[in-house]
Amino acid sequence: MAKFDEAPIIKDPPINGILRPPDIREDASVGVKCWPSKPKDTRAIDLPTERLPDWQARGVAKLGELLERNKALRVFLDICVRCGACADKCQFYLGTGDPRNMPVARAELLRAVYRRYYTPLGRRMPQAANAADFDEEMLALWYTYFYQCSECRRCSVFCPYGIDTAEITIAAREIMAEIGVSTKYVTEVVAKVYDTGNNLGIPPAAWKDNCEFLEEDVLEQTGVPIKFPVDMQGAEVLLVPPSADNFANTETMIGYAKLFHVLGISWTTSTYCNEGGNFGLFLNFANMKKVNNRILTAARMLGVKTIIWGECGHAWRAGIFTPSLSGPMDEFDPPYPYHISQFTVDMLRRGALNGKIDKNANDQYLVTYHDPCNAARAGQLVEEPREIIRACCNRFVEMPADTIREKTFCCGAGNGLLTDEIMPIRMAGGKPRAMAVKHTGANFLATVCAICKAQLPESMHYWGVPVEVGGVAQLLGNALKL
Amino acid sequence: MSTPAALWTLFATLLIGLSYFAGVTFVLGLLWRLVGYLRTPMPYPAALTPAPTTDAGAAARVAGDVLFFPSLFKADKALWAGAWVFHVALWVILIRHLRYFTYPVPGISVAMSSVALWAGYVFGVAILFLFWRRLALPRALYVSGVPDYFALALLGLIAATGILTKYWLHVNLVDVKAFTLGLLTLRPVAPPAHPLFLVHFLLVIGLMLYFPFSKLLHAGGIFFSPTRNQPFDVQKCKKR
Repeated sequence: MAKFDEAPIIKDPPINGILRPPDIREDASVGVKCWPSKPKDTRAIDLPTERLPDWQARGVAKLGELLERNKALRVFLDICVRCGACADKCQFYLGTGDPRNMPVARAELLRAVYRRYYTPLGRRMPQAANAADFDEEMLALWYTYFYQCSECRRCSVFCPYGIDTAEITIAAREIMAEIGVSTKYVTEVVAKVYDTGNNLGIPPAAWKDNCEFLEEDVLEQTGVPIKFPVDMQGAEVLLVPPSADNFANTETMIGYAKLFHVLGISWTTSTYCNEGGNFGLFLNFANMKKVNNRILTAARMLGVKTIIWGECGHAWRAGIFTPSLSGPMDEFDPPYPYHISQFTVDMLRRGALNGKIDKNANDQYLVTYHDPCNAARAGQLVEEPREIIRACCNRFVEMPADTIREKTFCCGAGNGLLTDEIMPIRMAGGKPRAMAVKHTGANFLATVCAICKAQLPESMHYWGVPVEVGGVAQLLGNALKL
Repeated sequence: MSTPAALWTLFATLLIGLSYFAGVTFVLGLLWRLVGYLRTPMPYPAALTPAPTTDAGAAARVAGDVLFFPSLFKADKALWAGAWVFHVALWVILIRHLRYFTYPVPGISVAMSSVALWAGYVFGVAILFLFWRRLALPRALYVSGVPDYFALALLGLIAATGILTKYWLHVNLVDVKAFTLGLLTLRPVAPPAHPLFLVHFLLVIGLMLYFPFSKLLHAGGIFFSPTRNQPFDVQKCKKR
């Protein structure tokens, strides 16, 4: 890991795996910013290539448009009472002590602008109504702190009204995108999807090569010829993995392939859409929809019966949006949208894997499970991964109750933050999770999200937690008798 | 007519006019905000884990949130206790106040006679607690602004003046009821010439004017929160 400024990061130790809320440290992380987008990327995804001259008016107008379009935003901007229940629940506050990383204070950055332009009191008496102009200074704060939020929704769990800071952050990022203010990381990834079909920019030929390489690899390891089909017309299942599974988390990809092999189900990936992860969710609605549409288009191109989403947290969050974003899915076999963990559990419960699992295969591991924020809090995927782990591992241990299931901590890099220039924020935000993992003494940290799988090895290393990070499908793959 | 009497008549007339203005603003303002929430679409599913899978389940979840504040309980036990006591006391006080606006008085309002005044004290103590924690806890202090102190101070003053009219500077209940019923039946009569009651009443008018345009709107907005009022039914009616 390259050197970075560690000043924003609080190093105080936890108690029983839980961090105490730190004292406020004003502006602790104000200097940590994502790199701005490049014109070649923004041009490719229909966004302004630079900040518009009339950005203030355009931004305020965009906020008005979003208020008409999104109930959550409208309600959440009005009803917060600033009780502070959320204040110490955000991993970025726990890791930095920067008060603007308290969810309520982060949301107030947008609320202040909302009040200034869209409420009777804020228009007339800005000071008395906590209203503020949408000016240069405010925009700078937005750019910093709405890209120090991972839209993980943990604050929402503790809010008496369920106010979801993710909705606030999503709106602020959409307004910024509209006026020509966005980050290099997110725009680059969306541009890559339109160019190559996936977030990593793997061209079709390289994807096929990778799949063949995996076939050889598995043949060598197991002696069994297991297929990794690509663009197979008429396959039963289109698997939409995060592209990182074919590249970095190959053990997870091998797990999927072994599962389909054992079940005798024909499956394929698509080189038009070999990406579940939807970075449009971190940028703006138009791109989110466009990226999501590609999944149904790919499924129709290949004539599959059903679509299964791979192990990717925000892919699954966007996945459950699919019928709302991309239209009805009636032509496919139900259930839909369908997640690989749900599919696996259904197969387990149906007995399709009876006698085909050797639990002892994972005995070298003491496994703990990290709930990815989007899978657990937005996608209701909490029990399924645990059921799979219990079915294929003898040794499973949970982290402290306040850090798992709906109260899980974000890995620290979700929803557009997995970029190296904000490493201080990633490591600070990754601290609560790392401390909880350390507390278990586990040596295998399983999860169902590619971003978590990229961030966690780095944050675990930084915080001195000796643990291997991998997929739930990987553990299942280890245990499947071929 | 003597000068003080003329001034009193003028004041009474203004107060009656203000009462109607506040009433209309409160009702229309509230409708405007809540209808705004109602007609705004939610473009994608937003249910928060653990979500119910049916509409009935979602309704039960919202009801639970409204009645018991379970999320706040998870977040901060002291704040939960203060907030819950505050709201329950407020309900007792509101229901007890029905006796000023109805004839005959509903049984529940009569039944509360023994606890109502206590509720007033508890309400006051809860407000002091909530005010204290905003000043004493650094994180709460950081996020608190003018509107937050204002709302607590307004409610606190209403409670204080209300309790005082009951206890020390007793106001004639029959006069009050004649005044409020007169307002409600659109046959307004002069208010009781009792300074403390008039302050209490004016503060309530202020509250009604402020309510629809402030954070106090959480009282209605909570019903429209998509993370809580949506069932997770994306995979509904599918074989699983």
